[in-house]
Amino acid sequence: MSDRISVAKTYKLYIGGKFPRSESGRVYPVTDAKGKFLANAAHASRKDVRDAVVAARKAFPGWAAATAYNRGQVLYRVAEVLEGRRDQFVAEVSSSEGLAAKKAESVVDAAIDRWVWYAGWTDKIATVLGAANPVAGPYFSFTVPEPTGVVGVLAPQGSSLLGLVEVLAPVLATGSTAVVVSSAERPLPAITLSEVLATSDVPGGVANILTGRAAELGPWLASHGDVNALDPTGAAPADRVELAREAANTVKRVLTVPESEPDWTAAPDLTRLRRYLEAKTVWHPLGV
Amino acid sequence: MPVFEYAPAPESRAIANLKDSYKPFVNGEFVDGSGEPLKTINPATEEVLAEVGTASKSDVDVAVKAARKAYNGVWSKMPGTERAKYLFRIARLIQERSRELAVLESLDNGKPIKESRDSDVPTAAAHFFYHAGWADKLEYAGYGPNPRPLGVAGQIIPWNFPLLMLAWKIAPALATGNTVVLKPAETTPLTALVFAEICQQAELPPGVVNILPGAGDIGASIVAHADIDKIAFTGSTEVGKAIQRQVAGTPKKLTLELGGKAANIVFEDAPLDQAVEGIVNGIFFNQGHVCCAGSRLLVQESIAEEVLEKLHHRVSTLRIGDPLDKNTDIGAINSAEQLAKIRGLVESGDAEGAERWTSPCPVPDRGFFFAPTVFANVHQSMRIAREEIFGPVLSVLTFRTPDEAVAKANNTPYGLSAGIWTEKGSRILWMANQLRAGVVWANTFNRFDPAAPFGGYQESGFGREGGRTGLEAYLNV
Repeated sequence: MSDRISVAKTYKLYIGGKFPRSESGRVYPVTDAKGKFLANAAHASRKDVRDAVVAARKAFPGWAAATAYNRGQVLYRVAEVLEGRRDQFVAEVSSSEGLAAKKAESVVDAAIDRWVWYAGWTDKIATVLGAANPVAGPYFSFTVPEPTGVVGVLAPQGSSLLGLVEVLAPVLATGSTAVVVSSAERPLPAITLSEVLATSDVPGGVANILTGRAAELGPWLASHGDVNALDPTGAAPADRVELAREAANTVKRVLTVPESEPDWTAAPDLTRLRRYLEAKTVWHPLGV
Repeated sequence: MPVFEYAPAPESRAIANLKDSYKPFVNGEFVDGSGEPLKTINPATEEVLAEVGTASKSDVDVAVKAARKAYNGVWSKMPGTERAKYLFRIARLIQERSRELAVLESLDNGKPIKESRDSDVPTAAAHFFYHAGWADKLEYAGYGPNPRPLGVAGQIIPWNFPLLMLAWKIAPALATGNTVVLKPAETTPLTALVFAEICQQAELPPGVVNILPGAGDIGASIVAHADIDKIAFTGSTEVGKAIQRQVAGTPKKLTLELGGKAANIVFEDAPLDQAVEGIVNGIFFNQGHVCCAGSRLLVQESIAEEVLEKLHHRVSTLRIGDPLDKNTDIGAINSAEQLAKIRGLVESGDAEGAERWTSPCPVPDRGFFFAPTVFANVHQSMRIAREEIFGPVLSVLTFRTPDEAVAKANNTPYGLSAGIWTEKGSRILWMANQLRAGVVWANTFNRFDPAAPFGGYQESGFGREGGRTGLEAYLNV
């Protein structure tokens, strides 16, 4: 091979469609599964969380109001771009998680396919979870699912890509917007996913990805007055009770998650989609 | 304006079959609770109606054990078709005893007999009827081929619709195969204990339904009990938050139906006379003791004066007084405590500079009554625009454009309900989309049906009651 020196990359946060450094100026070293230095990742702060929530709130009305067809198209576009970057993700998942190339390939493929699965749900949720209500009176009454708002997500610590997709895609599919704290030790696939999101017609602010520590950032998300729901998957089990108590102060919807990280390759179901939806019932009198 | 004098038309109090004392219902029997007995009063006269035995913490334990035994031994194993028949029986028994229940409800709660008779009791029966039909069809509810019940449900209900809230809680719980321990509100336990008799008459297996009268401490014991799998609470946002904090970190499933501060939005093209009826129904139904009451009237500026005038005219015709009188529109405030809370908030409205108008209707000098009150010139920052008053008090704000109406309507941490009045269909649907509320009534208000999911966004709670959506609260999915 040549003596060429590779261009080293500065990894940053993803907030409001832009890639800022952490407001705090902090970084932390990221190593591969064997302990070899890979990069310095931005170490997000409380202020970064707040900025990300502001961006997610700002993006919410537009994303929620996008047609389900449009949201599906955008999410499918993410899968397309993911597919195009397949080799990069395989390399990063492999080094982050210490997986053999073959295994890393199957994880990345599953992540892409999972994204496609959620993309296909956007225009079916209302059909499956909505209803025409046969009320006992001269009224037309129907129930439609609507996105709950801004969702704070503590992404799984182990599964750096497939797990991340499984916690992020259902939030976006429902029309909610997300502030995600990535796996602390394995953040590189999340940062690369940010680049995919930024180039896939996902409006800025719809997905915000922070690299940092769930133990530090989780409480700020759980107590934030403008966050509507919380996925504590990436929090240490010992921290989850306190997060849930903080969340109660604003009646946040808190996803029920298993003690240890689940097998993300198992077939998904509607649990996560349902948690981020509100049912709205509309009534109108019938008459001539 | 001519005032028509109506002769009194009181419903017979004897229909209530009021007894001197009532007891908790545990494992199919009325038992002596070991809590301090309470006296429940008629809020319209302040007279003691009956003494009611209450539960203690140890009684909660006994009731949960009974519920667990019934769950494991009988109820969860019973085929849905059989469970359904018990619910149908209960629905029919409520219908058969509807007049008795309505009178008792009005005595204990203070609500007008026309509402308990025509709304609360029939809708309670309808909830059992509706859910009975689900009991053997749960695999079609969209939660997978084999939806399972959760186990023992602890249920805590408020005093504003004592029997109806009981039906909202118990009917879906039983239909899905759960057993229940329910605590009625401290001030309104009576119809729940007559419902217990109905469970006996329906020959419901012992322990499937347990009813424990008591105060907040018994509710807290139920929430804290380790062998309860689900908590369902309807009540204030403050208590709901405390429950959510307490349940945090446990495997208990939780649903909350909390407070509201609904916007009732009237556009200039609305059919105004109908809208005024809807506004009145929205805030003065059940003395305004309604979590989804239309307590913030948002009226388009161009018609604000006209609407206010019509509203004053209409509200001054409402009759306040004896809840058992069939002519009564507005009954008694449920308790002295609630009356004090309403007065306090109304005084804050005066102090903050809103323009108060109170109906000149005669108000009884005994009992807890509050004359219908409308505040004009209300600003969004005022307490009467932000806090739930839970009484017959309306705050009127104005707007100019649909966007402004949406912004003002959504400017609240609550999100239970909203109303829209306009002739324009496309505007109704656009508004319904924009409003962050679990129920949106267009050109109507305060409609309820067991087939239509009900529940809130944001700090109005989570989970829905009614419809297919409501079943999720009691299923392990």
